[in-house]
Order: sequence, then structure tokens, then C-alpha cells
Amino acid sequence: MPLQGERDIVMCRQMVRKLTQQVKFSLVDQTKMITAASELSRNTVVYGGGGQMRWEIVQEGIRTGLRLAFEDKGPGIPNVELALTDGWTSGSGMGVGLSGSRRLVNDFDLRTEVGVGTCVTVARWK
Amino acid sequence: MERIPILRMGRALLVTIQIDLQDQVALQLQDDLSAQIERTGAKGVLIDISALEIVDSFVGRMLASISGIAAVLDATTVVVGMQPAVAITLVELGLSLDGVRTALNVERGMQMLAADIADDDRTPSDD
Amino acid sequence: MKQDNAVFDQVLKADPEQFLKEWLSEVGRSGNASAGAGATGLADARELLGALAAAVAADADLKNLQDAAWARTRSVLAALSQSRAAQGASAGDTSYFVMALKRPLFIGLDKHLGSDPKAAFDAAWTGTVLIDQLAQFTASTYQRIREDVIARQQQELLELSTPVVKLWEGVLAVPMIGTLDSSRTQLVMETLLTRIVETGSELAIIDITGVPTVDTLVAQHLLKTVTAIRLMGADCIISGIRPQIAQTIVHLGIDLQGITTKASLADALQLAMKKAGYLVTRNKA
Repeated sequence: MPLQGERDIVMCRQMVRKLTQQVKFSLVDQTKMITAASELSRNTVVYGGGGQMRWEIVQEGIRTGLRLAFEDKGPGIPNVELALTDGWTSGSGMGVGLSGSRRLVNDFDLRTEVGVGTCVTVARWK
Repeated sequence: MERIPILRMGRALLVTIQIDLQDQVALQLQDDLSAQIERTGAKGVLIDISALEIVDSFVGRMLASISGIAAVLDATTVVVGMQPAVAITLVELGLSLDGVRTALNVERGMQMLAADIADDDRTPSDD
Repeated sequence: MKQDNAVFDQVLKADPEQFLKEWLSEVGRSGNASAGAGATGLADARELLGALAAAVAADADLKNLQDAAWARTRSVLAALSQSRAAQGASAGDTSYFVMALKRPLFIGLDKHLGSDPKAAFDAAWTGTVLIDQLAQFTASTYQRIREDVIARQQQELLELSTPVVKLWEGVLAVPMIGTLDSSRTQLVMETLLTRIVETGSELAIIDITGVPTVDTLVAQHLLKTVTAIRLMGADCIISGIRPQIAQTIVHLGIDLQGITTKASLADALQLAMKKAGYLVTRNKA
């Protein structure tokens, strides 16, 4: 689904809620996933100049999960290390969005290239 | 674009957030509250988030901002009704919301605000 | 219809009753009652045969059980696994039931292609591969069902071992027993926080008398729990800090961030009552 404006961030949350309910995640896991999606979609809209989110309900052997990919063709993230660090009691700036989201999901993958774009893929398993 | 209504209860302002907040709406709320505190001379702000199922870093920062702005305008803030799943997620996210006071429900929150206002009345002001 | 499918179609539809009879007698040959040769076995076999025949006639890919046309067959097999698992049959017997299909199938193929050994061989090979896939699917579904049961039982056990009790008006307590890992912590957090909201209790006492060791990881879990409690507007006291644990905490330089700690649950309760504004008096005996 497209992520161009603020309204899309809300739509994204609603979409991910529907998906997590479909996969039957527990309430806490739903909340974590939707919150992570909110953070990442906001990054895409605000810092990535707009982009899109792709989703996939995955079945790997016996476990079921939800995978989301947020991609944009924006400026990319110059210092990935920095973007991904923060102490867990602090909380301001873009940092929390990215590093915080990592803690909310099971699998986290970040691919970025300055001047080309960014793609963040996350997944949660039941 | 929708606007969150702000109710006045004595010397406190009451805000109940019941919808999935769009970023702009949250910022508007911040502006509206600041204006209202100033206009009414309110001494307390109560924000009820019991209907909020998702609190991400944006909303978290908004709550912290409102708390800070209110303090500068000589009013105290209490956020009430945080859902367990939200609390767990916020902790994992790494947002501790320092400086934001919380209470379990509206009743407790109002008690806290009333106590603050009473304290404030008792201390002589430096006018 | 594809050529291969046409052959199988013929075999499966030629004489269903005979097919079923041979199938079940092969099942009975295993000598195991749980393999299912009785009346329910017949009903199961009939349903599976029906699904197979329909899929084959719909040109299902005989080499790939994931093909959409096999959907009904897959669900019939899953249901079979489910009922067998519920009855207590073994995984081996359940997949044997499916594998026994080979006998009537090969008999049928022989009858139809007996005159052409090459064609018969190829068809037999395709049949074997297909039925092996069916049996594998049955076995892995069975496995998954058993694992679900075990997971559920573990969850129940976990819930039983971390009860949240109401000590007084507005005071809840959780006795932690055993090692504190992340899944345990998660469960305690969820249960405790929910109870806090339900009862409107402003104080929670987490007693760790039953926790053998406290290292930085355990401390982290505890801190997360306390932070969540405070975020919601309640507060927390940790009790049951044994002297050794106190030493470890200091040695490791763990910052308890202003959390009140007490050596015993009794002390914690006393403090909780005081905080809540209660005064305990005793009548002269």
C-alpha cells in the first residue's frame, strides 16, 4: 500500500491491525507490530519522501508470521550504526523509531544506500 | 480534519482521545490545549487515553510536550488510562515518558489534579 | 485431462467399493488397531478417496501436493490427522493409513496398464511419489497438532505458576518462583498489568524469594516490568531480596532506578499499607 502522506500512516496502522488479527496474534503482539508499523511508515513518509509498504503472511514450516517491508527512494541513511543505537530509557528523535521498532519485532532487516533509498523489512511470528 | 474536543471542569481541562490520531490532529491538540490553558487560566490538564490502543513515539512525544508546555504555563498534567498492551509496548520501544505523570483512571487523575491545585492555592504566589 | 491424470482417474473411479476394501484390508494387515480399519476407518477412507478422485479429475499436478487443486485433499488429510491425534493414535499409524493406499492403487494400475510395462512402471512411480507426499503431509500436520497441544499445556503451566493475588484493597502481589526469562516476564507483565487495571490497584508487590539468581538479564526484565507499571500510573515494590542477591546487585552495578525494595513480603505489605494511607491497630488481647 502507498505511504505518501500522514493519512497513510493511519491507514497503515489499520491495515496492519487487520492483518495481525487475521494471523491471530495475541493482543500484546498485535500492539507491538502495529506500533512498529506506525514508526516505520512514518519514517518512510517523513524522512524517505514517501514510498510504500508491502505485506506478506508467511508460513515457514509449522510457524505462521507476518512480514512487512517499508521501502522508499529517499536519501538513505548515512550512518546506520548511529540510527540504530539508543539507550532504552532515552527517547527523542528518529532514533527511537528505528531502534525501538527493532525491539518490537522478531526479525529486522535494514537495507539502505545514500542517494538511492531505504528498505526496512520486519517480521513477527506467532 | 477532526479536532479533539477539550472540556473544562472547574480549573482543569479534560481531553479524551478516542480516535486513531493522525499526526496533524495530535499537533493541533497541542496548540489548542496551550491556547486553552492560557485563556482559561486552568491549573490542571487531564488526558484520558483509555481508548487509545496504539501509542507510538510521535504520540508519546506529544504527551511529553503537552506536559512540558502546561508546566511552563503553570498547570500540571496527568495522563490516565494507559492500556497494559500499550505500556508493555512503550517500554519495549524505549520510551519512558519521563516527566509525564500518570494515573490509573480518570477518578485518580482528578484527585491528583485537585491535590495539586489545592497545594498551589495554599502557597503564597510571588506576584 | 492430462494423460497421467486420466490413468489415475480411471483407476480411482473403476470400482470404488473394491478399492476401499483392498485399502482397508491393507491397513488391517499392520495389526495395529489405532491405524483405523473399523467403521470410522471406512468413512475416512471414503472421504479421502472422494477428494483424491475429484482432484485428479480436476487435473491436479500429480507431482506437487501444494497445487491449488489439492486443497480439499489437504484439508481432508489435516482433519484425519486431527481426529487420529485426538484418539491417541501414533504418528506412524496415522501416516500408515495413508500409505496403505498404494496397494489398491497399484492393483488398479496393473489392471489398466498391465500390457504396457513401461507405462505401468512410470504410473507406479508417479503414484508412489504422490502417496508419499500425502503421507508426509499427514505426518507433519499430526506433528504440528501435537506441538500445539504441548505449547498450550506449557502456557497453562506458566500461568499457574505466576498467580496474581490481591493482598489488600489496592495492593496486588505476585510471587515469582523459578527462573525469570523473557517469556515468563512477558506473561507476568501482561497478567499483572491487566489485574492492576481491573482492580484499580495502585501498588504491586513482586516477590522474588523464589528466584534463584539475579543477573543483569533478570534485573533488566524486572526493570521493564516496573517501568510498565509506573507508566500506567501505579507503583511497585520488590520484596524477597536475599542478602546474596543484594550483594550481586551491588557487585554488578545494577541501577534499580529508585525502586523500593524490601527483604520480606511482610515488610513490603506493611509499606504498601502505609503508602495507601492505612493504619493498622491491634485490640488489646
